[in-house]
Amino acid sequence: MKLSGQPKAGSIFDEIKRRAEIHRQELGGAKAVIMVGAATCGRAAGALKVLRAIKDELKKHNLDCPVLEVGCMGHCYAEPIVVISKTGYPPIVYQQVNPVIARRLVKEFILGDDPCLEFVLGALGENELVPDFADFPRARFEQKVILKDCGFIDPEDIEHYIAGGGYSALNKALQIAPEEVIAEVKKSGLRGRGGAGFPAGEKWELCRSAAGKPKYVICNGDEGDPGAFVDRAILESNPHSVIEGMLVAAYAVGAQQGYIYVRAEYPLAVKRVRLALRQAKKLGLLGKNILGSDFSFDIKLFEGSGAFVCGEESALIASLEGEAGTPSHRPPYPAESGLNGKPTLINNVKTLAYVRHIIGEGADKFAGAGTKKSPGTAVFALAGKVVNTGLAEVPMGTTLRQVVFDVGSGIPNGKGFKAVQIGGPSGGCLPESALDLPIDFDSLTGAGAMMGSGGMIVLDEDDCMVEIARYFLEFTQRESCGKCTFCRLGTKQMLEILSDITKGKGKLKDLDTLIELAEDVRAGSLCGLGRTAPNPILSTLRYFRDEYEAHILEGRCPALMCPELIAFYIIPDKCERSCDACVGTCTVEAISSHPKKRYKIIDQEKCVKCGTCLTACPPQYNAVVKLSPPSEVPE
Amino acid sequence: MAKEQGKVKQETGRIINRFGRERANLIPILQKVQEELGYLPREAMAEIARFLDIPEIDVYGVVTFYNQFRLNPPGKHSIRVCLGTACHMKGGYITLDAWKRRLEIDRGQTTPDREFDLDTVACVGCCVMAPVTVVDEEPQGQVEPTKVDGILLSFKLEKEKR
Repeated sequence: MKLSGQPKAGSIFDEIKRRAEIHRQELGGAKAVIMVGAATCGRAAGALKVLRAIKDELKKHNLDCPVLEVGCMGHCYAEPIVVISKTGYPPIVYQQVNPVIARRLVKEFILGDDPCLEFVLGALGENELVPDFADFPRARFEQKVILKDCGFIDPEDIEHYIAGGGYSALNKALQIAPEEVIAEVKKSGLRGRGGAGFPAGEKWELCRSAAGKPKYVICNGDEGDPGAFVDRAILESNPHSVIEGMLVAAYAVGAQQGYIYVRAEYPLAVKRVRLALRQAKKLGLLGKNILGSDFSFDIKLFEGSGAFVCGEESALIASLEGEAGTPSHRPPYPAESGLNGKPTLINNVKTLAYVRHIIGEGADKFAGAGTKKSPGTAVFALAGKVVNTGLAEVPMGTTLRQVVFDVGSGIPNGKGFKAVQIGGPSGGCLPESALDLPIDFDSLTGAGAMMGSGGMIVLDEDDCMVEIARYFLEFTQRESCGKCTFCRLGTKQMLEILSDITKGKGKLKDLDTLIELAEDVRAGSLCGLGRTAPNPILSTLRYFRDEYEAHILEGRCPALMCPELIAFYIIPDKCERSCDACVGTCTVEAISSHPKKRYKIIDQEKCVKCGTCLTACPPQYNAVVKLSPPSEVPE
Repeated sequence: MAKEQGKVKQETGRIINRFGRERANLIPILQKVQEELGYLPREAMAEIARFLDIPEIDVYGVVTFYNQFRLNPPGKHSIRVCLGTACHMKGGYITLDAWKRRLEIDRGQTTPDREFDLDTVACVGCCVMAPVTVVDEEPQGQVEPTKVDGILLSFKLEKEKR
């Protein structure tokens, strides 16, 4: 077929979209459509076994139903998740599905007509049978923007994304001037979601006006904060949303080449991004003269090699150039002189995922949520001691209490809340008294924490605050690239002091030394890693000084966590005596029976304090206890 | 030994020929070579340095900077204990102790029979399944000391079946 003249960008896209919609309608023709949440979190819970069971059972009954591997809906506590859309029913979400349940769902719901309500988590849409997700208490606080499609479209099929409105923002952007695109992003007030919160529009403008060619756009997917998995979920569940954001950004700043930098620890994200790039190229959404316009742009995938510091933009660029990832002095900022010395725009995965919404639906809609200084939504990875672990997207300005207790449903097992750790190694631990703080970039920094990459770990009464500070320092100390003396040596010194305290060997004046060192490391480091490394120590010292003092003065760990300061003990009066649960389960054979009275005794010399016996002891006896200091154990 | 070295050189040569000779390809080359050989032997690093025309120390510097690269051969099964925040607070360090105790090796090492290698990983992003151990690329949730024994037992049974 030969086209006469150059078709307009719009008409080429209309054709792509039309085909995608036909493809989607074909899915609707089946008896039922089954979606299995198969992001990394789902897979860890056994989603692939469920997937195989479903396919096998469908085959057994000669049912021809599409089975899609989708990403993460954010309800990680309920994984593996299966969504079944059958005519006459709303899409029903099933939780904690195993292969046996999966086979029953096929047999009884798809083949029969029993929706197996005992396995239901909720439904998508109002109905009389199953509670709608929109009626869940948490729905009142949530507002999904960049997570909206995650878990509901096939991340390995570009047409799903397009049929749901994908790449329309690119199409729209190509029909206006780059300056107008930047103006829209500036108007939205979007701030970079990588942690520091720099206004994205300003960064774009800086890069556009910088001299030099070629220009680059880099997507920073080096989500190294332990405890954060938002970027992973987005890359695995909706990779095209990030690619579209990059395309719009590239058009706006005038870039020719892009890189998506993904952590090597995220193999599934790597695989899905690679596939997504191939599919986009095939449809002409990447490459030369995109959608018939003058705009050409290509994206390469780069796998990180496991270095936390590479999340810092100048270190990331060094890594892309084939060097060790050490940060360099800024200014000049990458927007002026970045990759190969050329103007380079670096944005976080989440920042780029917002772009299609800002361009597609307008800056005002985006800025309608959130606060004046931090517009839009915030995405958190909720983990730790919280009932509803998973992803939560809430408007900025929501309080921590609402996120932990309303969206997250609070602390499991009747335990008491102690703190919430926000922002990973750069962040801090906030106590109960800070729970009514509205979340935005500035309030968190003021309280001694940081937005960081969105990790939010809830800690309960069993978590030791000195230990968590030590844990983060161990991490930053190991990941320090070694370039700045204060970061390299200061973190090591602070780690040694903290380790001593957790072993009961600390002195009170160590606390002053810690604060002094913290100031020095903060002042004497080039990049964010060193500048924020003291935050976990400073915030725990600020809010939980009493715990430090208990370790130092009494040799006691109030949370009963630090191995050197606790002992396991079996209360003879509570021990059932004829039960051997703890003896059998002890991994080092440290438990034996009293020769005459038969109650169980732990050999403290052999005990490795793994806590297996405490879990094994039947709850009706509850004979195993932790004591601190260890001298509490009766002779 | 000399024969093995020659083989490494030959294999490495075959892999790197698919790449251009730009410095920016160093990390992708190292990743590909490690993917195929399982680790980065000295001869491979030397070969890569020659190919890119950079000093060997530059290659070694990059290899030892990043956590992903390994200098000794892997075991048949890889055990990666996640020590992300959630895993740590839920007892990942206890799980690591259990693996060390059972395999009788430290992190970063391979068992003498080359059946298992043990290492830690900063975070695999499955924080809700904490504590996580990635066994042969497959993240497994709630791995506590008793599950460590269970996993090892299933490998043992599998080996006996073969």
